[in-house]
Amino acid sequence: MISLSHFLVLGAVLFSISIAGIIINRKNVILLLMCVELMLLAVNMNFVAFSYFLGNAVGQVFVFFILTVAAAEAAIGLAILVVLFRNKRTINVEDLDALKG
Amino acid sequence: MLTDINLVLPEIFLLVMISIILIIDLFLKDESRGATYVLSIVTLITTAFLVINNSPETTQLAFHKSFVVDPMSVILKSVSLLVVAAVFIYSRDYLVDRNFYKGEFFTLSLFGVLGMMLMISSANFLTLYLGLELMSLTMYAMVAMQRDSDIAAEAAMKYFVLGAIASGMLLYGMSIIFGVANSLNLAEINQAISVSENRLALSFGLVFIILGIAFKLGAVPFHMWMPDVYDGSPTAITTYIATAPKIAAFVMLYRVMVEGMSGMMVDWQSILIILSVASMFIGNIIAIAQSNIKRLFAYSTISHVGFILMGVITGTDNGYSASMFYTISYVLMSLAGFGIILLMSRAGFEANNIEDYSGMNQKSPWFAFIMLITLFSMAGVPPMLGFWAKVSVLQEAVNAGLVWFAVAGVAASIIGAYYYLRVVKVLYFDKPKDDTPIQASMDMRLLLSANGISMLALGIFPTSLLALCVDAI
Repeated sequence: MISLSHFLVLGAVLFSISIAGIIINRKNVILLLMCVELMLLAVNMNFVAFSYFLGNAVGQVFVFFILTVAAAEAAIGLAILVVLFRNKRTINVEDLDALKG
Repeated sequence: MLTDINLVLPEIFLLVMISIILIIDLFLKDESRGATYVLSIVTLITTAFLVINNSPETTQLAFHKSFVVDPMSVILKSVSLLVVAAVFIYSRDYLVDRNFYKGEFFTLSLFGVLGMMLMISSANFLTLYLGLELMSLTMYAMVAMQRDSDIAAEAAMKYFVLGAIASGMLLYGMSIIFGVANSLNLAEINQAISVSENRLALSFGLVFIILGIAFKLGAVPFHMWMPDVYDGSPTAITTYIATAPKIAAFVMLYRVMVEGMSGMMVDWQSILIILSVASMFIGNIIAIAQSNIKRLFAYSTISHVGFILMGVITGTDNGYSASMFYTISYVLMSLAGFGIILLMSRAGFEANNIEDYSGMNQKSPWFAFIMLITLFSMAGVPPMLGFWAKVSVLQEAVNAGLVWFAVAGVAASIIGAYYYLRVVKVLYFDKPKDDTPIQASMDMRLLLSANGISMLALGIFPTSLLALCVDAI
């Protein structure tokens, strides 16, 4: 039988993968955007699992809102990425070093 | 149901007006862009009027207890609305000079304000999150709006990625708290926490939530985005980011920590104390090394955030009012400081370096004086407003028995006084580099003067604003 803790562990694993992806990745900004999306999906996993096991539909409603916001966030992230590429001709994370101090 | 709609009337009005402005702006030529500008300011002022006029005597909840209107929300909403109207007036010349005077700036800012109003009135994790995202997403887009600037694009990317991580962390924390409390409503969560045995899971969720809030506030060690975003974005947008969103971030801190998790006060106090002390010291120490005034203000903001946290950490009602007073004072000071940067910038010239201000006193003694008031207020020199803000927060820390904490705050502000006074020295005693006169429209001059004088006037008579904040909590 699959219990609540199985889902929570899956959520935590997905969350850790996304954080690790953001920290380890030094090459490509698109990968950062993908990791951010994965992070939100990990949260959704938690919400749905809790919602099912607690018998409280509020968690699933929250998931719908998170999915919508995630879509808007991806749109804005990609728009910024286009602006960045036009100006710098690169999307390498290491080249984002003009601002410091 | 009808009373519910009555309570959100200001938000509905703002949303309708934003949509109208969005459509009208489509049909406007560049020369008649002034209509959007006037309409936006009228909208903000009318909304502020509706907020004040519509305020109930007691705390009222609407829409299945997900929306709250209390005295605090009324004051902070009207302050944010008026502050954003002031930002528009300050930015107009700057935007026109940079071929940047477009409808997007106004509509995006207005949507951001709608997000802030929703955050200020949230009584539920869902409304809090939606307000936060509405505010943040518009700000990411605004930072990137100057499309031919590569530092703006870089700042926007950094802000976006770090902001999205912070939202993710906040949500992860919320999901854990939801699992323990079986509710998203802040008041119900507070009840569930006080009886819950599951302290470990609660602390786990709390840490993630604090991380998200600390990022939005810009507390050390989650402050890295602030100097880059302040420096990289066009000054008009920095002015917006540095003012009203801080009010929303303070409310988020208050709603979640005090209204949602007061049962875990001991836990969050011990975490926030570390953030607060680190913010006050690191913000003030790194600011000393800055030669760029926008970066200097960013680090000074970080140190002010430390003080805002100090009031909340005391865990008393007076402490929260002191924090609220500090937040309002900070917003006024920051508005005036960035107003001066916008005033000194002109077509093809960004007054971003401290040396650009040398000899400002010879160009315009009056605005040099306004800058002096602002800097003294930020440093906490009596009789300015910033002094009373610091005194009230420090006093509440002492009253709560955290004497060492108050001493650390005083020490940090003494370090801070050094770099503010350095700018004052540049203003008054250095030779001007050029003698281009300051050009600004009359409405900006008047408003900036009023902004500067208000810090002095509220500093001499602080009781009215202080009483307002005490009554609000």
